[in-house]
Amino acid sequence: MSVGLGTVASTALPYAAALAPAQGQADAATGVTAYAWLLVALPALGAAVLLVGGRRTDRFGPLLATGLSWGSFVVGAAVWLAMLGRDAAQRPQRLHLFDWVAGGSFSVSAGMLVDQLSVAFVLLVTFVGSLIHVYSLGYMSHDPDKRRFFAYLNLFVAAMLLLVLADSYLLLYVGWEGVGLASYLLIGFWNWNPAYATAANKAFVANRVGDLGLTIALLLMFFNFGAVDFATVDAKAAALQGANQGFMTALGLMLLLAACGKSAQFPLQSWLGDAMAGPTPVSALIHAATMVTAGVYLVVRSAPIFEAAPTAQLVVVLVGAVTLLFGAVVGCAKDDIKKALAASTMSQIGYMMLAAGLGPVGYVFAIFHLLTHGFFKAGMFLGAGSVMHGMNDQVDMRRFGGLSGAMKVTWATFGLGYLAIIGFPFLSGFWSKDRIIEAAFVGEGWRPWVFGLVAMVGAGITAFYMSRLFFLTFHGKKRWTDDVHPHESGKLMTVPMMVLAVGSALLGLALGPTGVITGWLNPVFAAGSESGLGAAEEHPVLPALLITVLTTVLVAVGAGLAWARYWREPVPVVAPRGSLATRAARNDLYQDQVNEALLMRPGLHLTRSLVFADGKGVDGAAGGLAALIGGTSSRLRRVQNGFARSYALTMLAGVVAILGALWVIS
Amino acid sequence: MSDVSAVPWLTILMVLPLVGSLVVAFAPGSVESAKRIALGTALLTLVLGVVAATRFDTRATAQFQLAEQRSWIPQFGVSYALGVDGIALVLVLMSLVLTPVCLLAAWHDVPERADAADSGRRSKTYFALLLLLETFMVGVFAATDVFLFYVFFEAMLIPVYFLIGQYGGSRRQYAAMKFLLFSLVGGLVMLVAVIALYLQGPGGADGFLVSRLTGLTLDPTTERLLFVGFFFAFAIKAPMVPLHTWLPDAATESSPATATLLVGVLDKVGTFGMIRFCLQLFPEASRWATPVVITLAVISVLYGALLAIGQTDMMRLIAYTSVSHFGFIVLGIFALTNVGWAGSALYMVNHGFSTAALFLFAAMFVRRRGSKRIPDYGGWQRVTPGLAGIFLVAGLAALSLPGLSTFVSEFLVLVGTFPTYPVAAVLATFGIVLAALYVLLMYKRMATGPRPQGLTGVADLTRREQLVAAPLLALLLVLGFYPKLATDLINPAVDKSLSYVRAETGGVRATAEGSTK
Repeated sequence: MSVGLGTVASTALPYAAALAPAQGQADAATGVTAYAWLLVALPALGAAVLLVGGRRTDRFGPLLATGLSWGSFVVGAAVWLAMLGRDAAQRPQRLHLFDWVAGGSFSVSAGMLVDQLSVAFVLLVTFVGSLIHVYSLGYMSHDPDKRRFFAYLNLFVAAMLLLVLADSYLLLYVGWEGVGLASYLLIGFWNWNPAYATAANKAFVANRVGDLGLTIALLLMFFNFGAVDFATVDAKAAALQGANQGFMTALGLMLLLAACGKSAQFPLQSWLGDAMAGPTPVSALIHAATMVTAGVYLVVRSAPIFEAAPTAQLVVVLVGAVTLLFGAVVGCAKDDIKKALAASTMSQIGYMMLAAGLGPVGYVFAIFHLLTHGFFKAGMFLGAGSVMHGMNDQVDMRRFGGLSGAMKVTWATFGLGYLAIIGFPFLSGFWSKDRIIEAAFVGEGWRPWVFGLVAMVGAGITAFYMSRLFFLTFHGKKRWTDDVHPHESGKLMTVPMMVLAVGSALLGLALGPTGVITGWLNPVFAAGSESGLGAAEEHPVLPALLITVLTTVLVAVGAGLAWARYWREPVPVVAPRGSLATRAARNDLYQDQVNEALLMRPGLHLTRSLVFADGKGVDGAAGGLAALIGGTSSRLRRVQNGFARSYALTMLAGVVAILGALWVIS
Repeated sequence: MSDVSAVPWLTILMVLPLVGSLVVAFAPGSVESAKRIALGTALLTLVLGVVAATRFDTRATAQFQLAEQRSWIPQFGVSYALGVDGIALVLVLMSLVLTPVCLLAAWHDVPERADAADSGRRSKTYFALLLLLETFMVGVFAATDVFLFYVFFEAMLIPVYFLIGQYGGSRRQYAAMKFLLFSLVGGLVMLVAVIALYLQGPGGADGFLVSRLTGLTLDPTTERLLFVGFFFAFAIKAPMVPLHTWLPDAATESSPATATLLVGVLDKVGTFGMIRFCLQLFPEASRWATPVVITLAVISVLYGALLAIGQTDMMRLIAYTSVSHFGFIVLGIFALTNVGWAGSALYMVNHGFSTAALFLFAAMFVRRRGSKRIPDYGGWQRVTPGLAGIFLVAGLAALSLPGLSTFVSEFLVLVGTFPTYPVAAVLATFGIVLAALYVLLMYKRMATGPRPQGLTGVADLTRREQLVAAPLLALLLVLGFYPKLATDLINPAVDKSLSYVRAETGGVRATAEGSTK
């Protein structure tokens, strides 16, 4: 690594890129957009009041937090409506907040970029986030620390909105780490359980490894472009026109590393499964719908950088492809309903990452799938929470079964999400995932065949593991433990589930075939790259209809296999030992063992030996020197008292006395 | 080169705590009233310091403002000369903020004994020494005469020696001795360099003034020797690996207030000295030494962090985090870019507050549990949620969480180092992962887990503790989102100081890039 960066530094000419005509520049914010800062400020205020106010806010805190989150949604909707009223070219607006960091020649102001992309996220985050606030009023109603939970939720919403609204990579970093902090706090919300506390630490540290990438990316940006705000960086990256590949590749890969940490992509995926330790609404909001997709946002937002770095782009696709298979395989073997859903999330984000790496042909569909996934996955997690609520917080699907009768609303809403994710024709996932698979088949040489087939096979596996999950939980024989009496959850919980289910069903249809999503988002990417609009016209190596048909057949096969094994056949309540492959998948393909052997154990030994060496070696050397001096001084003991401290003080007193005397004389 | 001030603000800021210290130590009256007088004095000094800061003109051309100059020992060229640039001013202000916070935190540090008379004396002396230390802290940052600086540099040792040796833990004598010996060795080497520097200078009745000694044409070997003399003392103070081993002992054996002022303020004299003396007076030698110093700085960053991970004593852990953080500060300084310098100067201020938060909040745990050993805790979020919460924030500041002040300075250091030392900057970046480990592992061991058994009647934050925490947390947040408050003062000073380093050869970039190859 050091060699590579040294080369970068010596070959890259700082500030060399000529300023291109101001691309990506946005007008100053007008009207309601000038109040976009309220989006962040409202939930931030909620978090502050609840955390600083402490127990005094116990009674009204959760309601206040929920209200402020909806307030944020209202502002977001107003900003969106105002944007609808403008031409595509005038839609992006920029809001300068204040001068933030200025040190020497580095300066960056805090500001917001309100464009089509960020508004899409704002609507997703505030709408799904507010629904989950409502759901949590029911789900967490008996928790003594409910107030703290809502404080963290509000903190999360504020940080997530800051992340997507920031107009520079540095301010994005604040939101980026803010959501990481909220995630850490919420995974460890019940940290009286040491395993949960460990899970929280694991998430934070894995994200920090990603932050390493983001930090180095920032260093590279400032060194080469002299700025870290989107407008300047985009313009200068585009102006390079393919020059300086070494630097651009390094920059792209560092951003990808950051994205891998936040979005649980290979090789930084290991924290997500454990993150299910958090309360289920958290899994729905943070670890499914919003925060974990921030990596996709980062890659898409950095489109001009990746356009200028084809190698990095290819790695993005590879990471996406590997992760989507990894997650899908792991998802097939998990018996814990939340961990199975987590594996699925990882896999679905793999799809988004793959699309984001495909370039202009994929950006819109990455975001499209991100939006639909936000609805159906959040809906399913809330459904899982509802199931746990009815089943004494059990999560082992081998102990579920036949719940469709006891929990009709949960079954129906979960069912819609399930059909959406497997790509059942005309539901949301069908539109968004199908377009990604299609896009993966675009290109030349080996790539379309490899990536296209991976994406297609992944869809089949998705259908298998999601059907397995759904059948194990809601169908087949009842395998309940004796003490459970499943019941439907209250309205506070079921209404948000219903709303999300409607979204799971219809959002894709509303945005996809109507061309709404492409029409809305394309201008964002067209501004940054010359090929933005043209590339969308490229054709896949197979006819689009054939791809759709083949995918649907694979999905049907996957679902059929699951039906035969997990609905028709009786399911043992204790997991059978399983084949080698099953056991590997159950153990997350040994990700933890690999991390432990490669990183943790050597690190532990290094730390221990350094602590030992510091005490014996480094300090010993200094101590030895002291002993030598002490030894010499003890030979003078007859005329001195031998206490080194008195020598020291005598010296000081002497110095002071001499100075004093000189002063008097002068 | 100095704008002489009509009101001797800096002298006032020094005399006030000195007078307060004498009153606290010798005036009759109850211990409680003595403590109140001490706190009142420190608060008044802070107010006056803020007033003085408003008189500071960021557009002035002179290096030092609020300046004072009186002849002191003209035979030897020593003057009583004070003055601050933006960097010194923010450090003075940081000291003025931390002193009252520490006094408030130290309220019950000295246990009340049965024989009230003796206990009163001990308590009063403790507070008097802390106030006396404030005098010297202001002096050492404000001195613009090299010899006067040296006097303050050594004089600081006296109160600290007694603070550690008399009011510390069970091995306080050992720790105090070790601190004193390390400091004296550094100080004496520096004294030789100070005198030798004077002999190289123009001499005369004001020959020790920084302004008279800046821009000398020195024989390269002489310059390098002088540089080493100063740098050695500052590297011990800072503390840099491998001269850091006195710090963990001193930090864990001294009282929390002492540890805070020691690590938060006194150690900054090392890094401040590097900017003011090593680089300004010996620019050529500084560039010569840069590769070695940068290497040591990166080692300090990673070594300190790794050692912190391995500690079981929370005060030692915090001390090692500071070794790591001082590595960042030195890195930014010797990167010789204005971004790096601004970052380092800001880092010194932010680290003062964040390390104060760590030491003082950790001490609140120690008061309740009676142990500094991390394994003796566990589940304390269930016992004292408020304390656990503020401790986590302090930890997040230590790991430079974006949004808190420490992030801004650490980022500026890295971004300022990268252009001249890309490899060093990237290696130091790994420190952010290690920082997450040492903070979160400590928090996990102390605050998470099941509620400990057998603890009854442990109260959460008292009103006094809330007052200690509030200003520190507020500063961490405010300077995180609005660092301009500090950087507006720092930036002009950085440009000014850096111009001395760059004056002789045509820019640093060429030199610095050459040495990375």
